[in-house]
Amino acid sequence: MVPEIGHFALVLAFAVSICLAMFPLYGYLTSQDGFCATAKPLALLQGLALAVSFGVLMYGFLVNDFSVKYVADNSNIDLPWHFRMSAVWGAHEGSLLLWSLILAFWGVAVALFSRGIPDHMSALVLSVMGMISVGFLAFMLFTSNPFVRILPFAPGNGADLNPLLQDPGLIFHPPMLYMGYVGLSVAFAFAMASLISGQLDATWARWSRPWTTVAWAFLTFGIALGSWWAYYELGWGGWWFWDPVENASLIPWLVATALMHSLAVTEKRGLFRSWTLLLAIAAFSLSLLGTFLVRSGVLTSVHAFANDPERGVFILGFLIVVIGGSLTLYALRVAKVSEPGEFAYISRESFLLFNNLVLTVMAVSVLLGTLYPLLVDAVGGGKVSVGPPFFNAVFVPLTAILVSGMAFGPLTKWRQSDDPKLYRPLIITLIVSVLMGLGWPSLLVGSYSIGTAIGVTLALWLAIATAVDFGKKVGLYGGVTTTLNHVEKGMIGMWFAHFGLAVMILGVVMVENHTEHRDLRMGVGDAQRLDNYDVRMTDLVVINGPNYVADQATFEIYVDDQLFKTVTPQKRRYNVSGMVMTEASIDSGLTRDLYIAMGEPLGDGDWAVRLSVKPFVGWIWAGAFLMGLGGFISIMDRRYRRKLEVKKDEASGEEVPA
Amino acid sequence: MNRLMVWLPLGFFVILVGFFFRGLSLNPNEQPSALIGQPVPVFELTDLMTGERLTREQLPRQPFLLNVWASWCITCQVEHPYLTQLSKQIPLVGLNYKDTEIAAKNWLAKLGDPYALQIFDPTGRLGLDLGVAGAPETFLVDSKGVIHLRIQGEVNDRIYAKKVQPVFEMIQ
Repeated sequence: MVPEIGHFALVLAFAVSICLAMFPLYGYLTSQDGFCATAKPLALLQGLALAVSFGVLMYGFLVNDFSVKYVADNSNIDLPWHFRMSAVWGAHEGSLLLWSLILAFWGVAVALFSRGIPDHMSALVLSVMGMISVGFLAFMLFTSNPFVRILPFAPGNGADLNPLLQDPGLIFHPPMLYMGYVGLSVAFAFAMASLISGQLDATWARWSRPWTTVAWAFLTFGIALGSWWAYYELGWGGWWFWDPVENASLIPWLVATALMHSLAVTEKRGLFRSWTLLLAIAAFSLSLLGTFLVRSGVLTSVHAFANDPERGVFILGFLIVVIGGSLTLYALRVAKVSEPGEFAYISRESFLLFNNLVLTVMAVSVLLGTLYPLLVDAVGGGKVSVGPPFFNAVFVPLTAILVSGMAFGPLTKWRQSDDPKLYRPLIITLIVSVLMGLGWPSLLVGSYSIGTAIGVTLALWLAIATAVDFGKKVGLYGGVTTTLNHVEKGMIGMWFAHFGLAVMILGVVMVENHTEHRDLRMGVGDAQRLDNYDVRMTDLVVINGPNYVADQATFEIYVDDQLFKTVTPQKRRYNVSGMVMTEASIDSGLTRDLYIAMGEPLGDGDWAVRLSVKPFVGWIWAGAFLMGLGGFISIMDRRYRRKLEVKKDEASGEEVPA
Repeated sequence: MNRLMVWLPLGFFVILVGFFFRGLSLNPNEQPSALIGQPVPVFELTDLMTGERLTREQLPRQPFLLNVWASWCITCQVEHPYLTQLSKQIPLVGLNYKDTEIAAKNWLAKLGDPYALQIFDPTGRLGLDLGVAGAPETFLVDSKGVIHLRIQGEVNDRIYAKKVQPVFEMIQ
């Protein structure tokens, strides 16, 4: 009975989403305020219905209701309760439900926080989001219903959750990622609303800016969590694999990054209007495309659960309607957009344009690399894989170009910025970063690495330039606290994000060039040395987990003959699925991670053991965290809390003092 | 803005959709290689596992499968369990393509090593001579070293039954 309530709520949400897609749009087109006014209540009702539906599915997992097929396929009596909760989004149907719930949640957020926006505009925005919701709910109800029952003979126990996903990382990674993916739908909906209404001035940019930033911040956290999870759970110790699914999240992130910067130009200067609209459409379209790639089975991936061509056809149809429709509307409307105002070759506008170009080229390269196997297949070339060599060859130089320019950007002024005095701080920055960057590799063990020197130089160049920009503002306002209180929060956010990127680059450069690896045969009593660590295997036992049996080794790590740490990596075999999983032991530190994983049993009680020292690997996620944090700081700005007043200030189109 | 330019994004998308649509309805279909009926090209490389010199003369004197793989290739990982199973009936020679020694050895240590021989080709020179477009690719070679079949992409039971087995029985 209870699952039927969830099923009913899902059908109700579908009906509501159809109304939400149609009524406000109809109201707008026929100028009937009554129809427009339905938008907010309908958005709230849809959110409520989906919350009920989602809650019921989660309840099914918690009480082990194996008469629900989805629960039976993805859970088990022995599964710990917190994994039973996260198992809700552990497979195709449930993650779609999460997707729809989050879309509805963003709709509710728009309905509640859009008081500063004219009613007809918020009605159009919610209507566009309703259309997207219709597509996803129809997809779920017709091809991937999570409430399908196995009756009258329900199985006594379930097939268990994929062991890869039995990890705390999975509890947070998908919701964060989806908050980002789906959050981009708000920027998309604002762009569509302004295209529908023909109101293509800079106002839509101001409205959609905080939404874009917050979606970007969630996406940043989501991708970082996914990468961290892959690092410690996939058991290989890598942090990025250029897997199609990873790329599917990176591409929208790159475009959303470009969009954030281009929105700034459109809001402050009224320029790049049609380009910004296109980016807003592209960012969300690429999120949808990512979903298609993951769910349809057109690409092979380690993540691809539930590959099904029929579902692929449905998603493709949906993509054609959403992306094709929005791009057609774009083409019809945007030809009329005029781009007022001019800017000099050296100006903040130019630097942001440069940023956009590089980010777009990056996104397109990753997209083409990801799709290449598909393109080759479609013209009859068979199935091939494009590996990391391609992506690294393209991505690394483009990042270097981007970072070189990032130091200049914040120092520039709008319109014209060719006064050499502005860039004087960069001379010091350049000298310091090059000297330290070139010196850095000689502090390390092993031969001098020119790649490390260049990478560290770039990271320092960006970090120091960001600090210099901050220092300049502190000088201007006379104190750190006054500065933080007076500058726009967006600027503080930018410092965090740019500095975070520098931190991340340092981590990537170090881990990619200086990881020390040893694959060894070890038994109890054996000792090995790696870097300045003596690693001794002291014990090997079999332990019984709740739903697995594990071989667990104990390693004592000594530094200078002092016991530094004892770790216990495991090799688990899950009872139901029979899948074998590596639980690596990682000792995380500020400047290095010590990574110990068990490989295969080699007989005589010996195991293949992988020991790695990964310098600065934690900086990758620390940097990503700073970037995401910067996004959240940006939206704390006063003007987003007092929209109406600020709107009056900015109505003149003049630049707001920083 | 230019009237034609604004349609470009849509045009780009339409082309993509065309590819996606084919991608959905398409099975891996192989192109005949120019090397069919030709001997395996001459090479002088090393054995990945032993580091010793390897040439064409050391290839098995019976029909075998030459599998091009790399640790960075995800499809290779997908077909690996099936190849392992297959290696009981038909010898398997690996061509480790554009890879690093450590990554390749780790991959084999992790997933198992069903290969009778492992040619280490980090620069992809032999791959180039074989006309390899990417990994994985698999060639069926007879006892005289002549290539009879080329499979681009994953080898699985369906592909094996349909393409490989008839030719294998013929050359045996």
